[in-house]
Parts: sequence; C-alpha cells; structure tokens
Amino acid sequence: MPATKLSKTAAHDNASRVFDLDAMSLRELNQALHKLTPGSNETAWEVLHPKGSHSVAVGVDQPVTIDVRGSVGYYCGGMNDGAAITVHGSAGPGVGENMMSGSITIKGDASQYAGATGRGGLLVIEGNASSRCGISMKGIDIVVHGNIGHMSAFMAQSGNLVVLGDAGDALGDSIYEARLFVRGKVDSLGADCIAKEMRPEHLELLQGLLDRACVTGVKPAEFKRYGSARTLYNFNIDNADAY
Amino acid sequence: MTYRNPPTTPRKSATFDDYTLSEIRRAAATGIYDIRGGGAKRKLPHFDDLLVLGASISRYPLEGYRERCDTGVVLGSRHAKKPIELKIPITIAGMSFGSLSGPAKEALGRGATLAGTSTTTGDGGMTEEERGHSKVLVYQYLPSRYGMNPRDLRRADAIEVVVGQGAKPGGGGMLLGQKISDRVAEMRTLPKGIDQRSASRHPDWTGPDDLEIKILELREITDWEKPIYVKVGGARPYYDTALAVKSGADVVVIDGMQGGTAATQEVFIENVGQPTLACIRPAVQALQDLGMHRKVQLIVSGGIRNGADVAKALALGVDAVSIGTAALVALGDNDPRWEADYNELGTTAGAYDDWHEGRDPAGITTQDPELMKRVDPIAAGRRLANYLKVMTLEAQTIARACGKNSLHNLEPEDLVALTIEAAAMAGVPLAGTNWIPGKNGF
Repeated sequence: MPATKLSKTAAHDNASRVFDLDAMSLRELNQALHKLTPGSNETAWEVLHPKGSHSVAVGVDQPVTIDVRGSVGYYCGGMNDGAAITVHGSAGPGVGENMMSGSITIKGDASQYAGATGRGGLLVIEGNASSRCGISMKGIDIVVHGNIGHMSAFMAQSGNLVVLGDAGDALGDSIYEARLFVRGKVDSLGADCIAKEMRPEHLELLQGLLDRACVTGVKPAEFKRYGSARTLYNFNIDNADAY
Repeated sequence: MTYRNPPTTPRKSATFDDYTLSEIRRAAATGIYDIRGGGAKRKLPHFDDLLVLGASISRYPLEGYRERCDTGVVLGSRHAKKPIELKIPITIAGMSFGSLSGPAKEALGRGATLAGTSTTTGDGGMTEEERGHSKVLVYQYLPSRYGMNPRDLRRADAIEVVVGQGAKPGGGGMLLGQKISDRVAEMRTLPKGIDQRSASRHPDWTGPDDLEIKILELREITDWEKPIYVKVGGARPYYDTALAVKSGADVVVIDGMQGGTAATQEVFIENVGQPTLACIRPAVQALQDLGMHRKVQLIVSGGIRNGADVAKALALGVDAVSIGTAALVALGDNDPRWEADYNELGTTAGAYDDWHEGRDPAGITTQDPELMKRVDPIAAGRRLANYLKVMTLEAQTIARACGKNSLHNLEPEDLVALTIEAAAMAGVPLAGTNWIPGKNGF
C-alpha cells in the first residue's frame, strides 16, 4: 500500500457535506459514512459540534476527507480504512485504534492508547499523547509532535513511532519489531527495549515519516532509535527477573 | 528362627503424592513452570452431582418420540438488528487458528453448520476455512487483536468481546514458538518461531465504563447489526454478569474452570477461577435482579459433555451452553487409535495435553503439515455433527421426561443435588431433603 502523505485539508467549502451533531445523531453520521461506495462524489465531509462524542467516524472504508471541528471522545476514527480524518481539537482515548490505512491528524492532544493495535496508515498528533501511545501497534506509523506518556509502544509488534518531544517511563516494554524514534529524553525503557544504532536506512525512513507528517525544521539525526533486544522472544528462566 | 517385627506398609503422603513429587522434580530439572492445554483436571463439583427428578403424579411426561420438544434459541435479541437463531442450544466455543490447524477449524465449522449451531474464532483472527464452512460464525474481539480488521468484523455473525476464559481468568493467550508457522506469524504480525504471550488486558479499555464505550464503537462500526457477546472466566459471576449487562452486552458468556485453553500454566488452570457449576446461579441471579433474564442471553461453558449436562445447565437458567474440549474429542483428539504415538511422547490417549508443543498425534492442535493431514475435515465435521445431535436428543429425552415441550422450560425445581456442595452451588435441594444450603438461614 502506498504511504499516505497528509495534504492540507479543505476548509469550509461548498463541496463538503456537513454533519452537525447538535442536530443529527452519531448513528446517522456513521451510517452515512458507511454507505459511501467507491467513486462517490461525496469526498469531503465536515462534522460540527462533536462535543466529546465517542466513536466519531469509526469504520470508514472510503478515501474521503473528514474534518471534525472540535474535540472528540473515545475511539475517533476507530478501524479507519482509507479516510483522511482531521480533528480540529483534542481526542479522547483510543483515537485511531486498529487503523488499517488512511490518516488521522489530531490538532490538539490525544489521550491514552492513541493508535492502539493500528495496522496501517498514519496517525499524527500535533500536541502531546498520553500513556500507552502505540500500544500493541501492528504496522501503523505514528508521529507525535509533543511528548508521550508512560508505557508507550507496549508490546508494539510492527510499524514506526516517532516522537519529537520526550517519552515517559517504560517505553517499548516487551516490544517486538516496531521501531521507535525519540528526539527528546526517555524517562526509562521497558523490558527488552534498548537503544539501537541509527543507520542510514533508518535516517531515510525517518525522513520519509517526517515528510509524510508535514514536519519541517527537524532533522532525523536529532533522534535516537529504540527497539527490541529480542532476549525475551523465547522463554529462558534466567530472564525471569525481566518479566 | 529369629522373630522380626511386622513391617509397616510403605506409605505415601496424601499431600506429597506421586504427581506432586514428579512436578517438583520436573520444575527443579527444567526451571520453567509446567505449561499444558485443557482445563482443570482436578475433581470438582459438577453436573454429575445433580439429578433430574422426572415426572410423577404431579408432573406428567411428554411422549418420548412423538411430542414436540423445542431446542432452538435466539441470541442477541436485546440490541442487535440481526440476532442469531440456532437450532440447538449448544455452540462451539472459541478456539484459535494457530492453536488448532486449518483443517480442524474447517471441521468445527462444518460440524456446527450441519447441526444448526455456531462456531467461534479465537486468538488468531478469522480464517477462510472457518468463515467459508461456518453458517454462523462468532468473531472474538480479544486483548491481542491479532488479525482484527473491520472487514472480518462485518462478515461475522456476532462479536464476542473476550475479557477472560475459565482456564485462566486474568491470563492472556500463549502460543509457543513451535506453532508459530509462517501463516500463523503473518496473521498475528509476529516474527516466526517466537514464544507468543498475548496480553491479558485489552489495550484500549479498562473497566465497565470503558467497556460500554467500546461496545458502542463496535456497534457503530457494524451498524448495530451484530449481537455482541461478552465472555468472562468464572471468577465473580454475579458482578461480571451485571457489569456486562450494564455495558450493553446482548449475550453473556461464562466459562468455568473446567473450560480448556490451548496452553497456559498448570498452576493457573488448576488454581484460579471457579467451577462451572458454581458460576451459573449467581449469573442467573444477576440477570433476574436486573430484570434481564431471557432478555440478555446467558451461555455457559466448561466441562459440558453430554445431553444431561445440557439439560441441567438449562434447568439452572442458562440459555445455551458451549463446548470446546468435547468438540475436539469428537474431531479425534486423544483417540486411542494413536496410542503408539502418544506413548512416544511419554503420555497416553486420554491424558495428552501438551497441545502447545504442536506435535499432536491426532493432527488437531498442530501446525505440522504432515500431522494435520490426519484430520479429514469432512469426516471429522460429520462426527462433530453426530455428537451435537446426540447431545440434543439426550437433553430432549430428559426434558420430555420432566414434561417440558422446550428445553428452555426446564427449571431448578426439576433438579436435586447429590452432595451438599452441589446443592449449595446450584441452589437446589439436597436429594431426599428440602434443604438448600445457604437458603432460609441454614
């Protein structure tokens, strides 16, 4: 699947289909989004007054743009498969959980479990992300402009997590094959997570991720790479203290 | 001739019995806890400790082969637009592809479909084998989320949010390196050959308030079509049932400690959780207290073996039962025909439980291409269907004897208990008395 590059989302324009959650229900919004078929002309959507609603624009499977004007509750963009969703506010827990493809951009901060178990696509958090960012990630790319909380990338299996700020305690605990890039300080590393050499291919990969997330003025060389030491991949009683 | 004092017979400790001694020696030699498949093997109060009363002067029976005795059940009528209708109240429990071979999963689907019931995915995602051969397929939503994707969610017939299972309430799945083949590794997004220990907790919710929001998300993604089950291990059945109902579940599934697992620590299987029998009445009570009995359906699993178990479980108030271990036996698990192979593995047919090692002589709990050829999905599916039909007929036989024209009309008043323990757990009188321990102040 080709990498998603963020494009500037359309502001109010006449082509957008506007859904005002003050006047219509969440069910109506998601149902309308699920009824979209390939080639639909309704490619631009705008959601007004989300007011912390949960499950806004979940399970969308068409390449439309969705601008959410305000903050959302849990699981915004859950299982997204192709849509480019922008939240012009902050996001509650589990934003972009299990995303398959497409992109989600949070203009504000994100709560716990951002991008949990995500399989593909790009999640950009322009503010900070709370604890367990990228937990159990399975192929998603996550770029956080600010800091991330503790236990982030716990059991992260695949994909890339890029943090321009700092990371909290126990980063990458029990990590598998995901790659973590942190520009600031890391409070502590979790079990079996170690700092790794930044080779040319990693610098190139990171530059690509920064480009896709429209990050400018930041160089890949400013980051450190972290990943699995792979010592816990097969059980050994002498490693019991690490569990 | 010298007199010798009579010797005492060598006496082994009841506390340090042969099995215990062997386990101490094994732990000392290997430095790892014992891992195995299956459920609790210890003797537990169970359905055998209950008897059905049958008809008498005050209750008249139905004719065994002539009068109707309904067996069907509808699951998910509370919120789902498309509830599941099953012909029999016996479903196939969740078992993963990875733990089981592809042909074994296919056989489960075939057998369940022939018998008019559902089968369930497991901690490894949905395979084409089981989707293609299962008329009604329940898709498990597990902490690991291996293979989870919206397409499979939408082509499932129901979704089961798995909080825990009876063999290991509070424990995550385990699949050791021997069974992580290329296909299993790809489905789980993991490196081949590693020991895979799934998370024990969901990554993006904790507690009943979050669960309610999570269920809302799953309903929104699937447009409120699919019944949503919540499965818990038999730990705190009253509160778990009440909280599942509060969270919006259509169906509550409770798995007692006899319920099997693909692999977990022996110490976990034998010491954590409650017997199936002990879980049923508290769960039913919770539903009754909330006015949701028969509105939110209750499925119970863990040690269901025959139609008598089915009838007794239904009499205690459950809507359906689920089988796992018994279904595997119907497919051919632990069959004495492979005795020589079991002996080579240091075990015997009937005791084999090293399902995690991937060397199953019966070809069921393996990813070995040669071993899995021992399961013919069509023949094994037929055996499972036969077994399910026999269980149903047995349950009907008992229900008709009690004068019931539906299995779901069986009631606690049709039962007595053989032991005080079973009487207390099931809330039915000790046989020959009107004493229900714990009721009326005694």
